[in-house]
Amino acid sequence: MTRLFISRDSTALSLGAEHVVTAFQTQAAALGQEIEIVRNGSRGLFWLEPLVEVETAEGRVAYGPVNPSDVSDLLAAGLLEGKQHPLFLGNIEELAYFKDQNRLTFARVGLTDPVDIDDYLAHDGYRGLHNALKLQAADIVKQVTDSGLRGRGGAAFPTGIKWNTVLNAPAEQKYIVCNADEGDSGTFSDRMIMEGDPFVLIEGMTIAGLAVGATQGYIYLRIEYPHAKIALNQAIEAAYARGYLGENIQNSGKTFHLEVRSGAGAYICGEETSLLESLEGKRGLVRFKPPLPAIVGLFGKPTIVNNVISLASVPIILDKGGEYYRDYGMGRSRGTLPIQIAGNIKHPGLFEAAFGITLREILYTYGGGSASGRPIRAVQVGGPLGAYVHEGQFDTPLDYEAFAAMQAVLGHGGIVVHDDTSNMADMARYAMEFCVEESCGKCTPCRIGSTRGVEVIDKIVNNIEKDKNTVLLRDLCNTMTFGSLCAMGGMTPFPVLSALNHFPEDFGLSKDKA
Amino acid sequence: MSVNKPTDYGTPASASTDLVTLEIDGHSVTVSAGTSVMRAAVDAGITIPKLCATDNLNPFGSCRMCLVQIEGARGYPASCTTPVAEGMKVCTQNEKLGELRRGIAELYISDHPLDCLTCSANGNCELQDTVGQVGLREVRYGYEGDNHLCSEKDESNPYFSFDPSKCIVCSRCVRACEEVQGTFALTIDGRGFESHISPGQDQAFMDSECVSCGACVQACPTATLIEKSVIDVGQPEHSTVTTCAYCGVGCSFRAEMKGEQLVRMVPDKNGGANHGHSCVKGRFAFGYATHKDRITKPMIRDHIAEPWREVSWDEAIQYAARRFKEIQAKYGKDSVGGLTSSRCTNEEAYLVQKLIRAGFGNNNVDTCARVCHSPTGYGLKQTLGESSGTQTFDSILKSDVVLVIGANPTDGHPVFGSLMKRRLRQGAKLIVVDPRSIDLVDNSPHIVADYHLKLKPGSNVAVVTALAHVIVTEGLMNEQFALDKCEVDSYEKWKTFVAQDKFSPEAVFEITGVDPELTRGAARVYATGGNAAIYYGLGVTEHSQGSTTVIGIANLAMATGNIGREGVGVNPLRGQNNVQGSCDMGSFPHEFVGYRHVSDNATRQLFEQAWGVSLSGEPGLRIPNMFDAAIDGSFKGMYVQGEDIAQSDPDIHHVHHALRELECLVVQDIFLNETAKFAHVFLPGASFLEKNGTFTNAERRISPVRRVMKPLAGKEDWEVTQDLANALGYPMNYSHPSEIMAEIASLTPQLAGVSYEKIDAMGSLQWPCNEEAPEGTPTMHVDEFVRGKGRFMLTEYVATSERTNSKFPLILTTGRILSQYNVGAQTRRTANNAWHSEDKLDMHPHDAETLGIVDGDWVGVKSRVGETVMRAVVTDRMQPGVVYTTFHFPESGANVITTDNSDWATNCPEYKVTAVHVSKVAQPSEWQKEYQHFSDQQQAFLDNRIPVSE
Repeated sequence: MTRLFISRDSTALSLGAEHVVTAFQTQAAALGQEIEIVRNGSRGLFWLEPLVEVETAEGRVAYGPVNPSDVSDLLAAGLLEGKQHPLFLGNIEELAYFKDQNRLTFARVGLTDPVDIDDYLAHDGYRGLHNALKLQAADIVKQVTDSGLRGRGGAAFPTGIKWNTVLNAPAEQKYIVCNADEGDSGTFSDRMIMEGDPFVLIEGMTIAGLAVGATQGYIYLRIEYPHAKIALNQAIEAAYARGYLGENIQNSGKTFHLEVRSGAGAYICGEETSLLESLEGKRGLVRFKPPLPAIVGLFGKPTIVNNVISLASVPIILDKGGEYYRDYGMGRSRGTLPIQIAGNIKHPGLFEAAFGITLREILYTYGGGSASGRPIRAVQVGGPLGAYVHEGQFDTPLDYEAFAAMQAVLGHGGIVVHDDTSNMADMARYAMEFCVEESCGKCTPCRIGSTRGVEVIDKIVNNIEKDKNTVLLRDLCNTMTFGSLCAMGGMTPFPVLSALNHFPEDFGLSKDKA
Repeated sequence: MSVNKPTDYGTPASASTDLVTLEIDGHSVTVSAGTSVMRAAVDAGITIPKLCATDNLNPFGSCRMCLVQIEGARGYPASCTTPVAEGMKVCTQNEKLGELRRGIAELYISDHPLDCLTCSANGNCELQDTVGQVGLREVRYGYEGDNHLCSEKDESNPYFSFDPSKCIVCSRCVRACEEVQGTFALTIDGRGFESHISPGQDQAFMDSECVSCGACVQACPTATLIEKSVIDVGQPEHSTVTTCAYCGVGCSFRAEMKGEQLVRMVPDKNGGANHGHSCVKGRFAFGYATHKDRITKPMIRDHIAEPWREVSWDEAIQYAARRFKEIQAKYGKDSVGGLTSSRCTNEEAYLVQKLIRAGFGNNNVDTCARVCHSPTGYGLKQTLGESSGTQTFDSILKSDVVLVIGANPTDGHPVFGSLMKRRLRQGAKLIVVDPRSIDLVDNSPHIVADYHLKLKPGSNVAVVTALAHVIVTEGLMNEQFALDKCEVDSYEKWKTFVAQDKFSPEAVFEITGVDPELTRGAARVYATGGNAAIYYGLGVTEHSQGSTTVIGIANLAMATGNIGREGVGVNPLRGQNNVQGSCDMGSFPHEFVGYRHVSDNATRQLFEQAWGVSLSGEPGLRIPNMFDAAIDGSFKGMYVQGEDIAQSDPDIHHVHHALRELECLVVQDIFLNETAKFAHVFLPGASFLEKNGTFTNAERRISPVRRVMKPLAGKEDWEVTQDLANALGYPMNYSHPSEIMAEIASLTPQLAGVSYEKIDAMGSLQWPCNEEAPEGTPTMHVDEFVRGKGRFMLTEYVATSERTNSKFPLILTTGRILSQYNVGAQTRRTANNAWHSEDKLDMHPHDAETLGIVDGDWVGVKSRVGETVMRAVVTDRMQPGVVYTTFHFPESGANVITTDNSDWATNCPEYKVTAVHVSKVAQPSEWQKEYQHFSDQQQAFLDNRIPVSE
């Protein structure tokens, strides 16, 4: 019996992993060869998906990208014994793209069977929880505070401070809500964790529950992630069955319940207060703050709302200690960031690295430059509300403060690459259009401003009162930035203004007129 | 503005008693903790521009007009959503804020029609004011961009128009519908720029769940939602605060006028009963007051088979007085009597009973409370010591358990119903005891009754006693309270009585049909769930054992200590605007003002001295006795002010027979109502808009009624009563109702401290109001019961004699609906008919199927006393075996079927239980044909009236 690993990750599936699985099953059977195919998470080297790994005496040997039509050839070449073939990659963990990462949060992704709790336990799973069960709530919070972990959803708010607020908010019921409404374009780390190692999220949420005295958790999952939903529910079921969820967790007397709730297809529900509204069964409408969700959250109760990656980073912090995690990173950006590389790039994928790595290293050293082979002109970092960063800024280290200093954001760590054929005025218009599409409609600057933004950019591009409308666009961006209720309207000007400032020529403007 | 629009503080007041001092634009201001910066600014005399904020709604923070800068805080927080903090330094005006506000205003106006001059809100538009305030001078986006200017108007509601092209999507209407009214008929559909107000599921207002309470119209800052009356006649120019003349909630309204024309009624946010909320009746259904059917000239006739003759006031009064005197001379002093009106003012009710007692010289006075809450008066007086509810409406906001028995607040008392729904949405437990699934049970958003005891009509006493049985046998009483505050002996007897096995929920199941476990659960929650309040209505009182149930309710409250503080109590939901007041005013044949028995010598002497006549110590006739006596031939003359006994009283055949026997029936009303068709003298009444006085609502709140237009017939009703008294030879000489109130106060301990000056100063007053409680009494029985010790009384269940059998297999029960009011004389003359244009018979699908009846069929409803025909509605709100109808239309003849059974103590009719037979029919009943004939004839007598010779 030979074990093969073919990913169940959505990216792999979209590239045909399911057909590859079928091909191996039928053809191995025809050859009388006994194989077991483990559906693991993705290693994150997307240009190599569908990736097939074979367990051999010398370790795991990878082949990719594998088409179903390659399978007979691969079997004939001795894939099951890890033999050579044009698609032979060797041990995937030896590739620089993988080896140079700091895989703390993604340690198990690609390695294990995501829904096999024994596999999870065999790979250091639930060590964090076991430690947490021995600690007082405040000490758990202290570990998280000490780790320097900041919210990975984009706002980078110190996770420990948020937890401490919930811990100190007296209430009969508190909640842990995981924001899994990963809607930013070019981001997929949440999805990869949920599909590739759902237990680490469940463990992180359970620890959060212990840390603040919450007995109920919800994962608010975007409806567009059906595979993640399946994996999460399988893992939750297994965790309940083995006493890692529910009443009396591991005979500790502690309780934590967890369920997955699907969103309804609104980007704005990734904003934490809209998410809470939606979770309560209402329209996804932004709430004003204060009160903070940590004080008045889900159903009016103190609630931790954390991003998937934030919560999934907690088990290793509780396993190895806050200091261990804190040792990675730079400045006030501690630990690692799962960087998602997408767009016009040769080696798209997920790259977990300690803060401090530069954009240029990511784009060229690991990303391999643009897929088109043309010069990279701009990258948008941090999703559709992130600024466009130009070539002159590529040496900036990935660090929250360094990005803020150049009016950009790291956000959720998504990077979308554009080569020199991209028209940045189109991109600016797209930013406003995106806001038109996704604004919840509550506040006026976002609701009406985004529509007017598209119209004004069209006028500029079409040479209608160009100067006057450029002033108007800047005024509008000012109104949206400072007047909007949430970051949706407040940050839409980031991509618009960065495009206008860095690439005025695309608007038909000279530098001084922009 | 001259319409006296009250200041809008932007956000609700904070209830905190802690004070916070902050600085706004350099001014130091001290406010309650939890107050918004916006509200604190208003306190400091600073107006921050706003559009989505208004002070009866929770802050929302969407318009972004109210942004301010706060020292040390990032960005530009919205002042409506930012609470004050000690030492905070706020800047509300500077260049940057001006720039931002203009930027936002520019966006608003880029999607708004520019028809200000011809807009119906012109002169009263918050958008216009705000844009003016921020100084927007140019819309650089132009007007050719994407917009909503072509959105279609929705004119479906008869009272207001919805023009989405003017909507600024502030959500105030949506929030008002949710927070204030609790109907959730409105939502925002779409998102971003596509966001728009959606009634129901993008339906027309009239097709949605909208109940037309008007909260959205009031909340709208633009002309998007606006009264059609304002569109028609323009903005009002002056206003007067007065009190609604519909139900017993007693809402305060600003009557907004244009000269003598009433433009609109806007609920007054300072109203103690309604805090700025309203329902479709009070808010919109005032058109009856100027309806063409109003009769404005006195009329007389010698016989009811003759046409009317218009006469001068003097001739009418002299004629009436002469006929009464003749009757008394011929048949004796006691052969005449009269009825006070629960729709007229306290002062008018007082004068009518005074006329009868002092002018007629007997105690033959009664009032419509006879047929509604007389058992309340009796039962609460006997047990607690006072004939009234114990709480304010606001008390419910402190209740943890709400027990609703035989009441349908969302229809009958809608503004209080909304307050109740608010508390229930906050999590209070709800127990409903009702044969029907009223809206509160499972048809109100975010509310589901925790217990619905869907009892068989007529089994109230069994249910209430079974609740007591559970409380006593399971030891859930508040023994300390009962022993300290009540008569111990009565308490012990009561405990022994209710503990008997025969009262267990299991034992009474056969009678009540209520699952014993539900009864037990409800009793436990009521007794142990925290502050528990009972609200009840006519479903309790209008039974042969109405008084017994009221007593049983009082027993429950006393036994569990749920009385004497906020959040608890025993609360009758009084039906008419002034039914509490008319009762207070000595309208019953056995009681003087303040519920003092006529046989009590000291009291009688007090009144004899004040009124200068000798008074009878014998209780007079109750309404049903008057009818019987009329048929016997001993009762011949009646003065009926503002009550329509020919429609509202049970067993109409009997009532009509009695009225035909009268030799002189004087009716004082604004319309030629059903009773007036039997009258010899018609004295045209004044609507509530045409007179001064006071109404007293269900929470004992005395509120001002203020004259906003001249009486159409020239006289306020009290003036007419005074004229009649004088003509009868009993002198009255009041020049203003305030003098009548002064007399009432001087003669009534509970009202000794009441005066018009105080009412004007305080807005309203809850009695008792006297030396001990100069500002009135919101909660009664606080330190001790009014009667000293509370008295438990035994509540033996006695089945009504009105039983079903094979001939009359179904039980008919009656009630009312939101849009119509009682006999419908007012609401039927308004566009409220759009919601309810006929009375129908509700029946359970099971019964309908057995009888071969489908929805909409004409069915004959036959009881032991009469038969009528109406259309059937098949609905599972009913239980099998029980049918239901409303009684708003005379031609429906609901009271043709009801019997003369009545409450053992007070003669309150048993409207709620009539055994009937229902069958499919093809034509109206014999009664209906006769009624139509009679009605047509009387209409002709009116139409062909002989005009006054002047």
